Amino acid sequence: MKRLLGASVPLGAALLAFVLGSIMILALGENPISGASAIFEGAFGTGDRFAVTAVRATPLLLVGIGITIAFRASVINIGGEGQIIAGALLSTIVALLVPDTPRIILIPLVMVAGMIGGGIWGAIPGALKAYASVNEILSTVMLNIVAVQLMNFLLRGPMIDPIEKNGSRIPQTERLSDNAAMPTLVDGTRLHLGVVIAALAAVAVYIILWRTPLGFRLRAVGHNPDAARAAGISVERNITLAMAMSGALSGLAGVMLVFGSESLRLVTDGGAAGFTGSAGFNGIVAALFGGLHPLWTIPSSFLFGALLTGATQLQRALQIPAALAVALNGLIVLFVVSSDRLRGWLDGRLNQGAFDNETAELRESRNNSTDQQSEAADPHNATP
Amino acid sequence: MSELMPLLEMRNITKRFPGVLANDNVSFDVLPGEVHTLLGENGAGKSTLMKILFGLYLPDEGEILLRGAPTQISSPISAIEQRVGMVHQHFMLVPTLTVAENVALGLSSNRGIRTDLDTVSKRIMDISEHYGLAVDPGVEIWKMSVGERQRVEIIKALYRDAELLVLDEPTAVLTPQEVDDLFVILRKMTSQGTGIVFISHKLHEVLELSDRITVLRNGRVSGATTPAETNRQQLAEMMVGREVKLAPDKPALDRGKVRLQLNNVHVLGDRDTMAVNGVDLAVHAGEIVGIAGISGNGQRELAETIAGLRPAEAGSSVSIDGVDISRANPAQTRRAGLSYVAEERMKDGAVGEFDISENLLLINHGEKRFIRGGLFNFDAIKQHCQRLVENFNVKTPSLSTPISSLSGGNIQKVIMARELDSDPKVVLAAQPTRGVDIGAAEYIHSQLIEQRTRGCAILMISEDLDEILGLADRIAVMFEGQVVTIIDRPEATKEQLGLAMTGAL
Repeated sequence: MKRLLGASVPLGAALLAFVLGSIMILALGENPISGASAIFEGAFGTGDRFAVTAVRATPLLLVGIGITIAFRASVINIGGEGQIIAGALLSTIVALLVPDTPRIILIPLVMVAGMIGGGIWGAIPGALKAYASVNEILSTVMLNIVAVQLMNFLLRGPMIDPIEKNGSRIPQTERLSDNAAMPTLVDGTRLHLGVVIAALAAVAVYIILWRTPLGFRLRAVGHNPDAARAAGISVERNITLAMAMSGALSGLAGVMLVFGSESLRLVTDGGAAGFTGSAGFNGIVAALFGGLHPLWTIPSSFLFGALLTGATQLQRALQIPAALAVALNGLIVLFVVSSDRLRGWLDGRLNQGAFDNETAELRESRNNSTDQQSEAADPHNATP
Repeated sequence: MSELMPLLEMRNITKRFPGVLANDNVSFDVLPGEVHTLLGENGAGKSTLMKILFGLYLPDEGEILLRGAPTQISSPISAIEQRVGMVHQHFMLVPTLTVAENVALGLSSNRGIRTDLDTVSKRIMDISEHYGLAVDPGVEIWKMSVGERQRVEIIKALYRDAELLVLDEPTAVLTPQEVDDLFVILRKMTSQGTGIVFISHKLHEVLELSDRITVLRNGRVSGATTPAETNRQQLAEMMVGREVKLAPDKPALDRGKVRLQLNNVHVLGDRDTMAVNGVDLAVHAGEIVGIAGISGNGQRELAETIAGLRPAEAGSSVSIDGVDISRANPAQTRRAGLSYVAEERMKDGAVGEFDISENLLLINHGEKRFIRGGLFNFDAIKQHCQRLVENFNVKTPSLSTPISSLSGGNIQKVIMARELDSDPKVVLAAQPTRGVDIGAAEYIHSQLIEQRTRGCAILMISEDLDEILGLADRIAVMFEGQVVTIIDRPEATKEQLGLAMTGAL
């Protein structure tokens, strides 16, 4: 029952969002059904489009599972954008410094560099929260802005493409070493290794959170820092660590955006979205839609990737602004977040059939004396 | 029928919830001017019965008679209109408002939309004087002590002309002196004809105050008696349904070397005043030292300091087996051999969202025996947790049950199992059986005694004098941040401890 409920809530939220989206399309004077089919066509119509969808989903997934780690430790990381940029910058610097390193070394090297860059950008607000009680929502958002300006400075100055330096001064690096490019998996499409790496990372995050002492500590700190502290778990260290891991995964998303791109360079339009495509925010949406569960975030990211890819087709076929996809994103977040409360309320009704937890206590104490009605409640999540 | 018409009669009340029979054919009545106690463990059905009386639940079967006439109580408002008053365990007061404003909440006023506070205040003064409640209607609630707030709740009920007053565990939050004051007030009320339903599980209070006692177990009436005909032992057995040991058997032991040593311990409290002000105390192997005292006299801060959760001031020394832990963090104090049973178990003792096995692993999840190839070895974990749950008699449907769905007693057993399994050198137990039912308390006490026999040093902080007298070998009384006296158990009396707790000794 509970499991059914768990799945129905995000699906219901998506359905509601699409109903509202249809109304918006109607208001623009178009047929919602042809709109939906344009989105579907754009996202999955051909093998190549399917590949593009998967590639669009990759940074969302990486950011999303990073966000999941932070949220599970009760840290609200809104700094995905900045962490993506920090990861992209550091990995690009490495690729610029040692372009002639063999592929087998350079690809892992830029990935590690990106994770370090993003990790540092995440650890800073993490440590500030842990040791100085600085609100992480504020500090991560502000560090997003700092990262964008840092990127603008570097791409307009020290890291600018030598050709652009005396040319039109477009803020971008030179084309990076082919040895660092993400290998393509299927010839003729853009499907690259990053897609697989992101999916494996999601599995790894799942294992870390529920199968290792490290994840155990992160979750304990997230649920009840007081009890964790009294049990000898360092709350400060684990909050910092959660943010570092979260940032590292966003940094890896930055690596995919640079080294998985066709132009194979870091380029900005002066704002954050010019480079990230708002993946740092859409990743949060994907994670929330995936119920903050790393494995559910895989299909969830794919769905949002499809929405983004399909929106382009929507614009092309029906002249409906692609911004509709952004609006749909927002609607889904609203519905998912508000339905979480609904779910909690429904859970309470289903479990207890009364308006306080007294019956649960009663039932449990009766179990003790009779040992009969032992219908154990399904554990909420994967637990030992 | 006797000469008096009962104020309240609840006849053959049955209330079912999905999967449970909360009240099974329960009959209960109250005469004018008597205190009728409702006694029972958590989940015995006391609260359900009282919620039915107060209109929060409707009974499935049975009838309620007030002053001899059958009636329907469909909501708290209808209960109040029928002159039934309830003092909840958790007070329903707005802290920023005055007494008069709180009492006036929900009353209709004859001045239209303006509240007629003068009239309200006047009547509060009358009631207060009449029953000796000593409450000033003009004072804001937040300035009042817990005992005073409770009296405001009583006034609220009396103001609405309650003839029948239900008090749900009124003494749980009071100091011994405040309990005495409350009883004086309650007797005054019964002498005026008010009927009182008293809910408590503190047996000596029940025996002291009640005219009649009805015991509930598993939703049924398991006994009805009077204080003259019974004693604590019998009442406890009626509640639990089997033989219980109220005074645990404690083998005579020669105490060993000092294990926990406190010297000149000073600790700052939350309000930046010295909460612990120079405590010297040694706890030896094989002894239980009880710290008695009214809450707020530095016990909590002292416990947190020993556990590494609160820094001690310079010059303080805390050591376990000679290892200094005055500057240690919780991980280090645990490594030094301390086990800590925290006072607020759902805040500091357990992670509510975690299941039972996760809570059992909270302090030792990193140990090699639970890990294989970097990942948790769930077979080993399950075996370990299964053993603890069996050894400590935790009643749970499964290991993956969220701990927050267990009763207080079982949650505490899980915490004790976790803390005592590590062969501690020192056990620090704060309020180990607060809010825990008799059966579980009995078990927890026996486990502490077993640790004592094993050669562990146990420091137990408790506000329950019966618990301290039953368990401790020596009793240290704390008052205003200092240990004012240390008494060997054989020489200790309740009166003497009570005096020391108020600083009069």
